[in-house]
Amino acid sequence: MSDLHSETSVAFVRTEQVPASPPPASTSGLQGWLRENLFPTPLQSVLTIIMGAIAGYILWLALDWAVFHAVFTGESGEACRGEGRQDGACWPMVFTRFPQWIYGFYPVAERWRVNIVFLLGVLSLVPMLTPTLPYKKFNAIFLLGVYPILTLLLLTGGHFDITASTWLTTFVFVAAVVLPILFLGFVAKIISPALAAISSAAIAGAAALLLVLFSIDFGLTYVETSQWGGLLVTLVVAVTGIVASLPIGILLALGRRSQMPVVKLFSVAFIELWRGVPLITVLFMASVVLPLFLPPGTNFDKLLRALVGVALFSSAYMAEVVRGGLQAIPKGQTEAAQALGLTFWQNMGLITLPQALKLVIPGIVNTFIGLFKDTTLVGIIGLYDLLLIIQTANTDSNWAAPQTHSTGLFASAALFWIFCFGMSRYSMFMERKLDTGHKR
Amino acid sequence: MSVVTGGDAPPKVAYFNDPKVRSWAVQIALVVVVAYFAWQIFNNTVENLREANIASGYGFLDTTAGFDLSFTLIPYTESSTYGRAVMVGILNTLLVAVCGIIATTIIGFIIGVMRLSKNWLVAKVAEVYIEIMRNVPLLIQILIWYKVVLAALPSPRNALSVGGTVFLSNRGVTIPKFIWGEGSWMIVVGLVLAIAGIWWLYRWARARQAATGEQFPVFLTSLGMLIGLPLLGYLLAGGPLSFEFPEQGNFNLRGGVGLVPEFAALFAALTIYTAAFIGEIVRAGILAVNKGQTEASYALGLRPGPALRLVVIPQAMRVIIPPLASQYLNLTKNSSLAVAIGYPDLVAAGGTVLNQSGQAVEIISIWMAVYLTFSLVTSLFMNWFNSRMRLVER
Repeated sequence: MSDLHSETSVAFVRTEQVPASPPPASTSGLQGWLRENLFPTPLQSVLTIIMGAIAGYILWLALDWAVFHAVFTGESGEACRGEGRQDGACWPMVFTRFPQWIYGFYPVAERWRVNIVFLLGVLSLVPMLTPTLPYKKFNAIFLLGVYPILTLLLLTGGHFDITASTWLTTFVFVAAVVLPILFLGFVAKIISPALAAISSAAIAGAAALLLVLFSIDFGLTYVETSQWGGLLVTLVVAVTGIVASLPIGILLALGRRSQMPVVKLFSVAFIELWRGVPLITVLFMASVVLPLFLPPGTNFDKLLRALVGVALFSSAYMAEVVRGGLQAIPKGQTEAAQALGLTFWQNMGLITLPQALKLVIPGIVNTFIGLFKDTTLVGIIGLYDLLLIIQTANTDSNWAAPQTHSTGLFASAALFWIFCFGMSRYSMFMERKLDTGHKR
Repeated sequence: MSVVTGGDAPPKVAYFNDPKVRSWAVQIALVVVVAYFAWQIFNNTVENLREANIASGYGFLDTTAGFDLSFTLIPYTESSTYGRAVMVGILNTLLVAVCGIIATTIIGFIIGVMRLSKNWLVAKVAEVYIEIMRNVPLLIQILIWYKVVLAALPSPRNALSVGGTVFLSNRGVTIPKFIWGEGSWMIVVGLVLAIAGIWWLYRWARARQAATGEQFPVFLTSLGMLIGLPLLGYLLAGGPLSFEFPEQGNFNLRGGVGLVPEFAALFAALTIYTAAFIGEIVRAGILAVNKGQTEASYALGLRPGPALRLVVIPQAMRVIIPPLASQYLNLTKNSSLAVAIGYPDLVAAGGTVLNQSGQAVEIISIWMAVYLTFSLVTSLFMNWFNSRMRLVER
């Protein structure tokens, strides 16, 4: 009995672990993935097959049009006409006209000026938008203070006709700003006299410097804004709109949260008026009615009129974005600032706005994406933005071909898509980056 | 003890440090500045208009227009007035906005649910759709629909037909026309009765469920009433309703109701563009409902269908409705892009009036007033709806 036991027991005890078997083929690897994600139930399988068929068909149509049946080489519309050549895109048209899409009708000899503007913009914007790089403050001063003036001088050529009346108007405006500051500093003593004196001198000096800069002849040929076009106009409209809308939007947002009934009423009325109407009516207003509002005989640039319209329109949207940020800052921050004896503007400038604006960076980028897409509307009032310049190919007899329309439209769609998709990814990246301090 | 404060008089504050004085000073200054600019603008405008010999006022709306519009819902001819042309524009804007809102809501909800599907392919297709559509300007999409897609459709002679009733061609979409015969009012009466009955049934079923806990198949009964009662009216009146089907002629489609290609392009682009945004809103709304809510409803014994319908969706709707309302407004405002392809909406028709009459201030004021009314009405309705859906907190 005991013998038998000793003989069998030892032989059946394993000394090492059984190696783990691989999971069943149906739950791992490609097969498992397919089964889990595409064919879990009969109903889902049918859905997958239908979806796959639709998606595949659309993809095939797109590839067929853009690649398989497309024409890639040629000198004129001749290459894209005729049997078997008009079923796909006409890419040579895009290649030939691409410089015009970027610069519009900007004189070829002067295009280096646009290139410098683009290059400087990229060189200062990239470090600005990369959170890890230093010198943000200097960069911001350059981007918001120096760069716009440089752009204006380079793109137009400068050497504006600055008359005595311009000096006089500027003097009146500067006085209107400087006198209250001096009053606050020396009579009311709300701000320190030294600060009042320095800021007044700075404002007056900057105004004078600007007028002098604008009147200097740098030897650049004057390029009218009617010659600008393409991506240049699109970027000028969008960037000016967003940069101008930021300060106005901040003021409106503060006004909307103000305790003063009149300030609040004006802010709400302004914001709701512009947000309630379509951009196209604002642009029509800017191009047709705005000249009527100004003293008789004043006539100013079509592009500038559109810019005014776009800036007013986008500042209403920006105000709502900034208001969202202000609402997200806990009340304790303001109360702590007041307890420390800070005034309203000190609190806003040093405590609340820096936090609020940081929070709404994704919102600002999203507003910019919307504005960038909306710049296509300026074509309706006759400015040659990217979309309109692409469409000029339709009336070019050199490129007369059946697919000129579709090639131009899909190419512009792709260009806009690249810009907007890139910006939306950046906005998502910033959202993740900033999503730290305010979640409890 | 020895320190004696001077009674209860408040400490003396300089007038410019008194918050009240400051607040009034700022407000009065603002009013003065705004009033000054308004007065300047008014004066300049009057001066400029006098120089240009344009009479201001809305009297021009009674003048004969002298131009034709390609698509009208109310009778309109070249000899109609400017006012009527603007009216045609308002109705056309409303038509494309209402049709667009209905269609985009359906597509948007489908896209939003697809985006959350466990099926990888379905979720990816929805994601790609959203990323492409919302990152391409709407104007380009409208032009693509108008100049590429619709232009590629065959001529009316070889129009694509769906079951011989709906025809697609490069002249637009043609659908059958209803012919209302003698006694059609009975169908309308049936429909009104059905709606009243459904309302009553809904209240009765809720009261009964609250009292006894017994459920009543409200949806199926309502559907039955909605179809049955008008059908009964149709049969009682002896079948007064008939259809006029479009027929293919040599050059054009005869009969039926034609929707111009401009409408079709604008409708398609607006619907598809806005649906991408609504899809994201719906997705965010559903994700915002805590997973514990679903698990709790399963624990209470609800099946997945009722759990979704009774627990998840009512809570998701609270998150979805406010941004949804602003998307509806966006769609209405975006319909003004019709001017780019010549669909006679408010902006396009008004723009023609503006060019002919030169009454810029008046036309732009009409535009703004109409769009502001639209947004006001929509936001009032949505606020009311939102307050009904809101979480009632203690």
